[in-house]
Amino acid sequence: MPPVAPRSGDAIFANVERVNAELFTLTYGAIVRQLLTDLEEVEEVNKQLDQMGYNIGVRLIDEFLAKSHVSRCVDFKETAEVIAKVGFKMFLGITATVTNWDAEGTSCSLVLEDNPLVDFVELPDTCQGLYYCNILSGVIRGALEMVSMKTEVTWVRDMLRGDDAYELQVKLLKQVPEEYPYKDDE
Amino acid sequence: MQFFGGSEISPSLPAPTASGNNALMMYVFNRNGICLLYREWNRPLRTLNAQQDHKLMFGLLFSLKSLTAKMDPTSMDKGNLGVPQLPRQGCSFHSFHTNTYKLSFMETPSGIKIILVTHPRTGDLREPLKYIYNLYVEHVVKNPLYTPGTLIK
Repeated sequence: MPPVAPRSGDAIFANVERVNAELFTLTYGAIVRQLLTDLEEVEEVNKQLDQMGYNIGVRLIDEFLAKSHVSRCVDFKETAEVIAKVGFKMFLGITATVTNWDAEGTSCSLVLEDNPLVDFVELPDTCQGLYYCNILSGVIRGALEMVSMKTEVTWVRDMLRGDDAYELQVKLLKQVPEEYPYKDDE
Repeated sequence: MQFFGGSEISPSLPAPTASGNNALMMYVFNRNGICLLYREWNRPLRTLNAQQDHKLMFGLLFSLKSLTAKMDPTSMDKGNLGVPQLPRQGCSFHSFHTNTYKLSFMETPSGIKIILVTHPRTGDLREPLKYIYNLYVEHVVKNPLYTPGTLIK
């Protein structure tokens, strides 16, 4: 049987089990609120959100690969396109655009026009350093690490801080090839 | 699951019956070589202890992948044999069969390898392997009590 072609983000989004968007937003807001109360330091909360995102990403990649049937991406450009078009659509219902490629093709920006995590959210003055959506950067980092790409993901623009859109910068640090894990003499 | 039959051990290999009593063994490995799952249904001969058996299987697949990629007549770029490959290079084999069994293999980009050893006259098993992978995702990956990289209980 010929292999199944990769499905588009819309098709998968239609098939996947969905939750109420407001429930999702409010739950995420409650998580961030609780982290702020427990940890108090904005930097600590940022790091914790990133770590939580990393743990999610490590598992999310398998679900993504199983549902979307994408095969190995040939290069980082294709990877970024797949994340923006299929990944974001499948899990959050939004599409991102990929812009700002640098000369070597190792760094790009994903721009999100709307973001379901931040509906109804305003940042108070005491939390100005908070990256509210830092969980997303952790998810992307975790997922890419499981497909042998070490990346660094940072927020460039954040609407909660007054910019006009959400922009994530994804930088490929290196590709880690699979190695034989056992020592030869054992 | 109707695909797998019972687990009686018999000295001769049973022919595939209409009810699909086909599978002999199944392994699931992750990218670090840890065997996450091993199930056997019909394995008359056991030569090594479990640890060595898993290592042997993983090593076999790793080397076979490397070998098939190096012998690929259609690819342009070839490194030396044994050099760890970047994930996007090279083709990947999906099954081999001998006169007593057939081994089918599927690897995902995230490094999860699913191996099914069956009767030699079994057809192409890529679809069932994908189905198993989906089951893995649904029940193992989404289970909050499961730590990635440990044995599946």
